[in-house]
Amino acid sequence: MKQASVNVDSPEKFSRRRFLKTGSGVLMGTLIAGSGILATLAPGRTWALTMSAMTEVEGGKLLNVTRGIFPHDTLDDAVYALVVKDLDAAAAKDPAIATLLRDGLQELDNLASGDWAGLDYLARENIVIKMAGTDFFEKIRGTSVVSLYNNEMAWAHFGYEGSSYETGGYFERGFQDLDWLPEPDADASPAKA
Amino acid sequence: MTNINLNDDTAVVIIGSGAGGGTLANELCQKGIKVVLLEAGPRESAASFQNDEWGSFGQLSWLDKRTTSGSWRVARDFSGLPAWICKTVGGSTTHWAGASLRIQDHEFKARSNYGDVAGANLLDWPITLKDLEPYYAKAEDKMGVTRTNGIPGLPGNNNFKVMYDGAKKLGYKDCHTGRMAINSRTRDGRTQCRQLGFCFQGCKMDAKWSTMNTEIPKAETTGNLDLRPGAHVLTIEHAKSGKVNAVVYVDADGNQQKQKARIVCVAGNSIESPRLLLNSESSMFPDGLANASGQVGRNYMRHMTGSVYATFDKPVRMWRGTTMAGIITDESKHDPSRGFVGGYEMETLSIGLPFMAAFLDPGGWGRDFCRAMDNYAHMAGMWLVGEDMPQETNRITVHASEKDQHGMPVPNVHFSDHPNDVAMREHAFAQGRAIYEAAGANHVYPVPPYPSTHNLGTCRMSAKASDGVVNKNGQSHDIDNLFVSDGSQFTTGASENPTLTIVSLAIRQADFIAKQMSMKAI
Repeated sequence: MKQASVNVDSPEKFSRRRFLKTGSGVLMGTLIAGSGILATLAPGRTWALTMSAMTEVEGGKLLNVTRGIFPHDTLDDAVYALVVKDLDAAAAKDPAIATLLRDGLQELDNLASGDWAGLDYLARENIVIKMAGTDFFEKIRGTSVVSLYNNEMAWAHFGYEGSSYETGGYFERGFQDLDWLPEPDADASPAKA
Repeated sequence: MTNINLNDDTAVVIIGSGAGGGTLANELCQKGIKVVLLEAGPRESAASFQNDEWGSFGQLSWLDKRTTSGSWRVARDFSGLPAWICKTVGGSTTHWAGASLRIQDHEFKARSNYGDVAGANLLDWPITLKDLEPYYAKAEDKMGVTRTNGIPGLPGNNNFKVMYDGAKKLGYKDCHTGRMAINSRTRDGRTQCRQLGFCFQGCKMDAKWSTMNTEIPKAETTGNLDLRPGAHVLTIEHAKSGKVNAVVYVDADGNQQKQKARIVCVAGNSIESPRLLLNSESSMFPDGLANASGQVGRNYMRHMTGSVYATFDKPVRMWRGTTMAGIITDESKHDPSRGFVGGYEMETLSIGLPFMAAFLDPGGWGRDFCRAMDNYAHMAGMWLVGEDMPQETNRITVHASEKDQHGMPVPNVHFSDHPNDVAMREHAFAQGRAIYEAAGANHVYPVPPYPSTHNLGTCRMSAKASDGVVNKNGQSHDIDNLFVSDGSQFTTGASENPTLTIVSLAIRQADFIAKQMSMKAI
């Protein structure tokens, strides 16, 4: 089992409380804490991404390709790592996908006329954009559009609250707490029972 | 649990347990008629439903192979998923949002009122609003529709507040929290809505009406229902007389079975129902059952749809509370001065973060996409749903070579917008934008149609046998003991969410079938 340490340079903090509550959920089973991320509730600094088909260096590069396609500047790398995890799993299942990803990373270097990974954030993104429409780009985009937004860390970041049944829905928890517009007429929106 | 023998040829066999099939089954069982109800999907419950968009999608959706063609964007964005409908006991009533609107009088007479629209295959329904009114009343009572039968409307959520403010500023008159088959008070043994915000994922409170939580359990208590989950129907067979007499299906254990039948009612939705009739071709019916007119599968409608999402400076948190929390009905009139015939409804709609990523701009990426997602918590949304034109060339066919897991030809769904659909969508997008800008939006996102949830036509009702597939009772023009009992019957689409009409037609059809059986006419 190979492990890649990825430096996390995004300062944004997401809701640790919520994240912790789901300790048995997505992240716990996916990432291995490098410096006590789960224990300290802090995703910052370093954590380790367990890779199987791809190398640790490739995993780090794929993470930054994903950042280039979906550039949420303040979204923690730990969330992007979930996409890398899924790409790696797909590559482990299908060697053709491993080849697709490797060739794509090579093409990024070609487009950069050198070491794409060594460029700064925006320069990397501008080269990723040039790959739009390729199978490589579409594979990562298509994986990301589910993986990046379907986890509790992302939900906490974007403010989405996820499952509500366990907490009794929003009947007593703010389903009509918007206070910056006038209240509708009672005919249109009857008082709650 | 009632067991009806496979060789018992006295029962009514209903294929599909959704709004049409589930309601019809209960209505017949209440009259003392034995029913075998075949449902391709498994039986879930409020306890097993998930407040998780992708998880629930996998649990409830019909994901068997389908293909697409035509110029609609869904064929490009979701080529293997033309429709977002369900394979589970209760069918898509587990997934629907609950909007329960009557089709308007003028919409039943679309051909007379809209005239000869080039390229459209318009026809008046063989029934009128007056014919259906008593059944609408029964359906509303059965389903507990708010703002009918003295049932108060639901309290509006944050998403509704935004729609309402914009609607009032634009001068719209009819904006409220809708007529919803969601309990605003405890009723019929089901609790009131607790505003979970997961109507599409199966209501975990059972506050939303579905055939799964009402019609089917009620039918079971009569002792007349034999419900068979996991029964995937392959073909309908017929006797030399031409009457249908059996249904062949694969059971939950994967074994092929044949259930004899006195009457067969097809209620698999507007894709699977015509597919089944077409796949049941025989030497006597080489073009498929009930297809002497050649109309089976044709005039597929999916409603003119689209969505408008908008972001605001302050939070909305639209996901809190009912998915479809309010409606503006002012545009559902027929007013050709707007540049199109027919009308549309505007209904609030919320989808969670995972589905917003998938549907906001299918195929989208990059900084603009991310900016919209970054503002998700400040977003309000509405769905636009209007009458689309029936076109003969928009149709369900069976694929020449692609087969499903049971070896049956898969359906191809071909759809292209009619110019009237395009004009209506443009108008609706503009009005949706105006509403949100009036309420203070800082950015507006018109969103293209999702995979179809309102699948209509394909076995349409017609007065003349040559114009359609079934008569005003949903009875096949060609085969007396073969019925269509779902939205496939719709002659035209009208602007309203179709479930209430499907349920009303099923109640009416049950009366007809019972009478015909007692007269020994079928």
